Order: sequence, then structure tokens, then C-alpha cells
Amino acid sequence: MALAVPAAPLSVGGATPVIAWRELAPWLLFAVLAAVAVLFFVGSEQGAVSVFAGTAVHEFVHDARHLLGYPCH
Amino acid sequence: MGARSFLVHGLLAGLVAGLLAFGVAYTVGEPPVDAAIAVEESAAAHEGDGHAHSHDESAGAEAVSREVQSTIGLATGTVAIGLVLGGLAGLLSAAALGRLGSLRPAGSTALVCALGFVSFALVPFLKYPSTPPAVGDPTTIDGRTAAFFGFTALSVVAAVGAVALGRRLVGSHGGYAACAAAAVGYLAVVVTAAVALPGFEGAGDFPADTLWEFRRASLLVLAALWGGIALVLTGLVDRSWRRAVQVADRQALAASL
Ligand SMILES: [Zn+2]
Repeated sequence: MALAVPAAPLSVGGATPVIAWRELAPWLLFAVLAAVAVLFFVGSEQGAVSVFAGTAVHEFVHDARHLLGYPCH
Repeated sequence: MGARSFLVHGLLAGLVAGLLAFGVAYTVGEPPVDAAIAVEESAAAHEGDGHAHSHDESAGAEAVSREVQSTIGLATGTVAIGLVLGGLAGLLSAAALGRLGSLRPAGSTALVCALGFVSFALVPFLKYPSTPPAVGDPTTIDGRTAAFFGFTALSVVAAVGAVALGRRLVGSHGGYAACAAAAVGYLAVVVTAAVALPGFEGAGDFPADTLWEFRRASLLVLAALWGGIALVLTGLVDRSWRRAVQVADRQALAASL
């Protein structure tokens, strides 16, 4: 569950709370999948590999692909 | 301070960072991109053959104009990348919370962002620096794409492994030895991989100053992206931490009365 305020006082000397892996796992999994999908479309779609035919996606994000350092063509 | 609030903080940081990266890319990145496209087009005109990859707006119905590419297209790319990397950085900061020695939330968050920049942007850039249009042989795009993403993935996995190694050693060997072992371990992995993996050099007679200007701009864009994420995310995490401390202190005071 969301980390509630610990029972013990947090103040400057207190321990930093920890969020359990059980709670983090689904969030992290989803974030990694979303990141991979976006990285693919901005970084590589219609370059080495294509999901959609044509070059529209490639051309649209073209300058971002070059300047963010992904191989373009 | 749950996973949800870290994700919200991360997405906000990523949005700001994506816009900042767009600003840098538009102002310092577009001039060398335009110069590179001019080189590409004059080379294509001299060769007189159909160039594999055309940036010319008159090339076909599907081509996107340079105007769109350098504005809305560029902004879409940087903001989309900013959002996913910001969100991921937020959740990794949630995972790092209280798990990195005695670091406070702001400290562990800033460290996560710094490691993200180094492992996901700087080290891949040093092995496979960004290439402007006209640089890079179109026939090697498959190999270059696989090598770039493979090396980047290895770098990120090595960074995560290095942090795990450091956490394992900190109890028995202390903070300094744990950090040193983590850093040396990470470098050993990426340097070995960088030496083993093929390079794809060959700028040909592309003007060196344009290439340098482009690569410097590209590195600045990556620095703006990660710097923006680090600055905003750390600030937001620190703010909600201070609030949580205040609430807890007030409750403790109330309980003691
Ligand atoms: Zn290109």
C-alpha cells in the first residue's frame, strides 16, 4: 500500500521510509513497457524495423531522433 | 510518499524536461541539422542517383515538411521521451527511497537521475555518438540500431547491477568501498563491451565543424533532458518529504501531549 506516515516521528534524525517491492513492481513494470514502446517509436520505428508501413512516423519525429542520439538512417 | 506520487512527480518533471530539451534542440540543434541536410542534398544532387533517405519536402506525398520536423515533430519526440523517462526516473527514485545507505529522499532521487544520465545517455553517446543526417551508411542501419540499443541496455543493466553490488557491500565494507566497487564494476562492464562491440565510423568528407557542432548540440539536448528531470523531480520529492516530516512531527507532538 501507499506508504503511510510512519508511526515514529520522521524528523530530521528519523529513518527514511522504504516502499515495498510488492507495491513498486506493477508500477515499474508498466513504466518500463511504456518507455520501451515510446523509445521504439521515437528512436527506431521505420528505421531498422517497422510496425507501420511508410515513413510518416520516421519523418515526423526525425529531428528528435537525430538530436537525442538514436540511429536514424 | 507512495509509488503513485513518485510517478506523478516524475511525469511532471519529464514534461518540463521534454520542453526544455525541445528549447535546446530547436535553438542549438536545428542549425547543424539544417547544415547537414544541405550537405546531404548537395551530395545527392552531385551523385545524381536516388538517395535512400530523403529529407526533401518535395520527395513524396508521405514526406513531412522541414517546418513540421523542426517544430511540432521535434517537440513531440522530446516531450514523449521526457514523459516516459521522467516517469521511470520517478518510480526508480521510489525504489531507491531509503535503500541507498543513509541518503535522504532528495539525495537518493538526485543519484537515480545522475545514474540515468550517465548510463542511458552519456555512456551510449561516448561509444556511439549521435550522427547528423548524411553521416552513416544506410546499409548498416540494422547493425547500428542493434548495437546502439544493445549497448544502451547493457549499460543500464550494469548500472542497476552496480547499485545492487554497492548495497550488498556497504554493510560489510563501508560506504566508500561499496561506492568504489560499484563504480569500478560498472566501468569494467561498459568499457569491456565498448571495446568488444564494433564501431561504425566513417563520416567521409562530411564537414568536421558541422559534425562537432551537431554532436555538441545533441549532448546538450540529452543534458537538458536529464538535468530537467533531475532538477524538477528532486525538488518535488524533497517538498513532499518535508511535508510528510512536518505532519509526522505534528502528530508526534499531539500524541505526546
Ligand atoms: Zn535522418
